[in-house]
Amino acid sequence: MTDLSYTSPQSGSRTAKIVLRWTLYILLGLFALFYLMPLFVMITTSFKSLDEIRTGDLMSLPRDVTIDAWRTAWSEACTGIQCEGVRPFFWNSVLIAIPAVLISTLIGALNGYVVAQWRFKGANLFFALMLFGCFIPFQVVLLPMARMLGLMGLAGTIPGLIFVHVIYGLGFTTLFFRNYYVSIPSELTKAAKVDGAGFFRIFWSIFLPLSLPIIVVTVIWQFTQIWNDFLFGVSFSQAGTQPVTVALNNIVNSTTGVKAYNVDMAAAIIAALPTLFVYVVAGKYFVRGLTAGSVKG
Amino acid sequence: MAPILEINNLFKSYGSVEILKDINVSIEQGDFLVLVGPSGCGKSTLLNCIAGLEPITGGKLSIGGRDMTHVNPKDRDIAMVFQSYALYPTMTVAKNITFGMKVRGVDQATQDEKLKQVAAQLQIEPLLNRKPGQLSGGQRQRVAMGRALVRDPKLFLFDEPLSNLDAKLRVEMRTEIKALHQRLGASMVYVTHDQIEAMTLATKIVVMKGGVIQQIGTPSEIYNHPANLFVADFMGSPAMNLIPAKTRANGKGVEIEIARSTGGPITLVDTKNKDLPEDVIVGVRPEDIADASLRGGEGRQEADCLIDIVEPAGADTFAVMQLGGKHVTARLHAETAAVAGQNLNLAFDLGKVSYFAPETGERLN
Repeated sequence: MTDLSYTSPQSGSRTAKIVLRWTLYILLGLFALFYLMPLFVMITTSFKSLDEIRTGDLMSLPRDVTIDAWRTAWSEACTGIQCEGVRPFFWNSVLIAIPAVLISTLIGALNGYVVAQWRFKGANLFFALMLFGCFIPFQVVLLPMARMLGLMGLAGTIPGLIFVHVIYGLGFTTLFFRNYYVSIPSELTKAAKVDGAGFFRIFWSIFLPLSLPIIVVTVIWQFTQIWNDFLFGVSFSQAGTQPVTVALNNIVNSTTGVKAYNVDMAAAIIAALPTLFVYVVAGKYFVRGLTAGSVKG
Repeated sequence: MAPILEINNLFKSYGSVEILKDINVSIEQGDFLVLVGPSGCGKSTLLNCIAGLEPITGGKLSIGGRDMTHVNPKDRDIAMVFQSYALYPTMTVAKNITFGMKVRGVDQATQDEKLKQVAAQLQIEPLLNRKPGQLSGGQRQRVAMGRALVRDPKLFLFDEPLSNLDAKLRVEMRTEIKALHQRLGASMVYVTHDQIEAMTLATKIVVMKGGVIQQIGTPSEIYNHPANLFVADFMGSPAMNLIPAKTRANGKGVEIEIARSTGGPITLVDTKNKDLPEDVIVGVRPEDIADASLRGGEGRQEADCLIDIVEPAGADTFAVMQLGGKHVTARLHAETAAVAGQNLNLAFDLGKVSYFAPETGERLN
């Protein structure tokens, strides 16, 4: 990652090269600082007391580090009439995101496998319609979806939100897996058919073990989408099933009197931590998976 | 005994596009059938139809005397080797070879025994724990063969298995496949676009073009008696010389008159054939035109020709000249005195000559 293979077009003297190289580093460093600034402000503010925020400088480090704001955000802050912090909502988000990510990834893998390797009549049309699903603005489907959830008896429940996220994730997960599997030679499927393997056997024994990079990409993508979702969360939940994004909004918007910036910041960071964690842990696979092309036999 | 593979009136189309038209082939136990033709002639599609990987549009197909027209690939008692080898990338060589047996529920002891046997046969024992990605092209080829061999099927199918190898390895593996065929006495169907592979391996060749069988025969029949201009041109390297000529009946046979780039036309006399139309295309293999000073002899007729190009190729030297308005290649002895731009006395051997009708391209004799 440190190998910046930048060479100046007119490879002049050695000093000129060094100056150029350092200018580049400094510029990149400045950009990085600029991008990190909001995060810096969030973190420092979350460790300050309210007094210090009122009197101090936005950019300064906390004089007395306190985790009161974090504790309040986690278990005491009021989201409307209820004052339990983001904790219950955080667990709601976990309960929604994990099954929704797993189910949509698995179905996407199966869909992609069928569209890429088991060409059927109308496969292209099917795939085009799935793709179309990626581009439908979510606002358009709110009312039909609310009606449907009502009919299914899932309105306002966590399974209902899982269902919604699985449905709207399928377009993307199918796209990811289809594009990955289409680069796998169809002879692999043929060889397995001659060997006697059936549809699911081939998927399970041959395609799934090949899919780690694209599974990582899909999981990151879906997790980010679902965890960060606000619109569906606010539309299809009721008290007790709201995800953390909705709770965060309520904490920030429903306070009366003095704004507790430190609590807001801490709550926002808590809400963002899981996605941050996923990127840090799986980030290198993400890039690798996005660029992974053909699988050579 | 019933033929091991019998194909009757097979048709295959994708939508309105006909890929294979009225295919009729049958082979006996132990035959090595090679399907050969240029790209897009339908030979691979035909192989996929035999394997059951492509449904057929019409006709009947039986393997080992059983009707297999609508049977699944796994129940056809076949094994197939693919062009890309299609090894399962995440499995070790051993798992690749035993996958089929595992799917069919063969017990572990039999699996181990068969694996050992095949690995020894192909000399791939040291590779058994490696993944396909760690193998060279030739090794992958062997593993793909192993996967087929372990099945011990009625019919082996090969889809251009050597085309991804470099030239030297290709010749080695070709010999090995031939040896394998002789040792096992198995029946094989082999697809290739390489006519040398077809000639060297086959006991029976099917030449295809545009989804239609052009000729079926032994390598020597195909080589010496091509059924039409396409087969004549496709089989053999360098290709058969196809020279437009005029014929004239005389007492003993026919006189063939071929235009020459300098001087008057050459007249050759063929005593074996008669009743030819006036305009014909004469097919002469390059090896039937020799250097008269080095290889004369009975049945040969000599004529001076202006040599345009001389191409030494080690064992042989190829000389190119203009006859009947076409480039004609002669396969000469390496020690020939041929020099580009000079005349050379050439001996024509009409013993194996072919005649074709210019309009239809069909063989006349």
